[in-house]
Amino acid sequence: MELLVASAIGVLTAAGIYLILRRRTFPVILGLSLLTYGVNIFLFATGRLITGAPPILNKYADITYADPLPQALVLTAIVISFGMTAVVVMIALAAYLSARDDNINMTNTTEAGEEA
Amino acid sequence: MTHLLIAPVVLPALVAPLIIMALRHHVDLQRVFSIASCVLLTVISLALTAQAADGTVQVYELGNWQAPFGIVLVLDRLSALMVLLTSVLGLAVVLYTVGSGWDQRGANFHALFQFQLMGIMGAFLTGDAFNLFVFFEVLLIASYGLMIHGGGTRRFQAGVQYVVYNLIGSSLFLFALGTIYAVTGTLNMADIALRVAELPASDTAILRVGAIMLLLVFAIKSALLPLHFWLPASYANAPLPVAALFAIMTKVGAYAILRMYTLVFSPDVPATAGLMDSWLLPAALMTAAIGAIGVLGSREIGRLVAFGAIASVGTLLTAISLFTPESAAAAIYYVVHSTLTAAALFLIADMVMERQSGDIAPQPVMAQSGLISALFFVAAIAMAGMPPLSGFLGKLLVLDAARDHALAPWVWAVILVSSLVTLLGLARAGTAIFWKSHGLETRVGQLAATPQSAPSTALTFVAVIGLLILLAVYTVASGPVMRYAEATAADLFDRNTYLKTVLANRDRPVGKDNKDSSPKQDKQSEETH
Repeated sequence: MELLVASAIGVLTAAGIYLILRRRTFPVILGLSLLTYGVNIFLFATGRLITGAPPILNKYADITYADPLPQALVLTAIVISFGMTAVVVMIALAAYLSARDDNINMTNTTEAGEEA
Repeated sequence: MTHLLIAPVVLPALVAPLIIMALRHHVDLQRVFSIASCVLLTVISLALTAQAADGTVQVYELGNWQAPFGIVLVLDRLSALMVLLTSVLGLAVVLYTVGSGWDQRGANFHALFQFQLMGIMGAFLTGDAFNLFVFFEVLLIASYGLMIHGGGTRRFQAGVQYVVYNLIGSSLFLFALGTIYAVTGTLNMADIALRVAELPASDTAILRVGAIMLLLVFAIKSALLPLHFWLPASYANAPLPVAALFAIMTKVGAYAILRMYTLVFSPDVPATAGLMDSWLLPAALMTAAIGAIGVLGSREIGRLVAFGAIASVGTLLTAISLFTPESAAAAIYYVVHSTLTAAALFLIADMVMERQSGDIAPQPVMAQSGLISALFFVAAIAMAGMPPLSGFLGKLLVLDAARDHALAPWVWAVILVSSLVTLLGLARAGTAIFWKSHGLETRVGQLAATPQSAPSTALTFVAVIGLLILLAVYTVASGPVMRYAEATAADLFDRNTYLKTVLANRDRPVGKDNKDSSPKQDKQSEETH
């Protein structure tokens, strides 16, 4: 399982970074989403990988438990990245609709932008 | 435990939804509430600064959960000063936007503005690393809205870049926090500091990775050299009054570096030894140099001020990365100056932009040219670090603090030369915009016959002149301010008070009876504080 989780984080992050380096906004946003998925799985792993254990301490029996804090962190991170993705999609859409171009680089559209 | 400590976060958090939901169609009421909130914030932060000035560290336990388990807000001299700075800046900017009508060029300006203030205040006050991330996101998501306020193609495109850059930074922040949590098992800053000190040697490598990623995140926020590319385009294309508020955002990054790398990853921790000297200091010096060159090379007044802000961040981070109590005191002195100066210059740049195209070139004389050029002159003196204003003292303090450092010749050379280059750039811009225009008028003649009507109301001048008067007062009050800064720096380097106060209640019993006995615990904690 360690290998699976580790390679999932690695592949998601690598694909995310590759897409972020693209020139058009849509792949960049996809890349950001993949990167946040990678982060979320990584955060899960920070509490050590345990399966089938409850996320609570038991003071009567010394059983293994899953660390609940990373789960709370992941929940926060998911909510935030969801909201952020929505914001960036809207801004990118506005930029595309007003410039008629979804190049993330600004220099090519300077003239068009000056008129608008 | 007094509840005043959380007021800077709660007040804007309440005013913003009120403005959105109840006052959506009442422009005047929105303005009244927004300004009132900023005035009240200033009063609150003055009170907080007065409380923190004697060196006491106050802890606010959210939900009354004690420190390593619950989230705490911590008020010490440094956070109090930053909160005060933010609220004063917020007041000036909101007055300017109301005066210039910027707040009505798009929807929901005042609500976003209050949320932005809430995020900044929270980032300065929190004592929990993950909570710091959350407040960063609060201030960022508000800043995305403010950044594209008013719309326009260029602004949307710059907005996309700004948002993407910051989202990458946020992901990196989470990676860093995850790594640090995996090693230390805690997210409370004071608790991390204790755990880091007693970590086995086998864990130092992974902790170092986490610390460096965290440094990268804060470097993105503060626009340190290889990571500064987002700043000029974003600030120059944002509404300039908003850029004036953003002047504090780079300082949030600098504050986080100062806080985390004195409290948690101090230079004597083996995991992060040498990080400051070998990486941060050269990067900070190059930032100062690039900022100065950018000031000289800018063709628009917005970019000019943005590069000026980068140069001041470079100087500030140079002071921080020297990492002595003297240099930290210099940094604290300089941070107030550079924030107020950059904000004033952004506001003046907006005054110019309202009347002209914003290009640094001779153009028909603008309305109120004399007054604006005088304001620009004063602010430029402050930005370049010329006497008599506080920029001179700030840079002098930084130079003085660098005296015993191995790289002292470099620090002196870069700061002095970049100050000179900044001065040249500002002088060139001022000459082109304000002086050569008069030459143009006499030659062309007919264009000057239609000087634009004055778009700004008196309130905009009140805001800018207020900021500049504040700078003058700050310069005059340098003695007391410097004593405060030195005491703050001493606190930062002697972190025992902070650690003890934050973790004072860590052994208070928790468990299933926590809820039942909470009134009793309230009483207890009131007695102990």
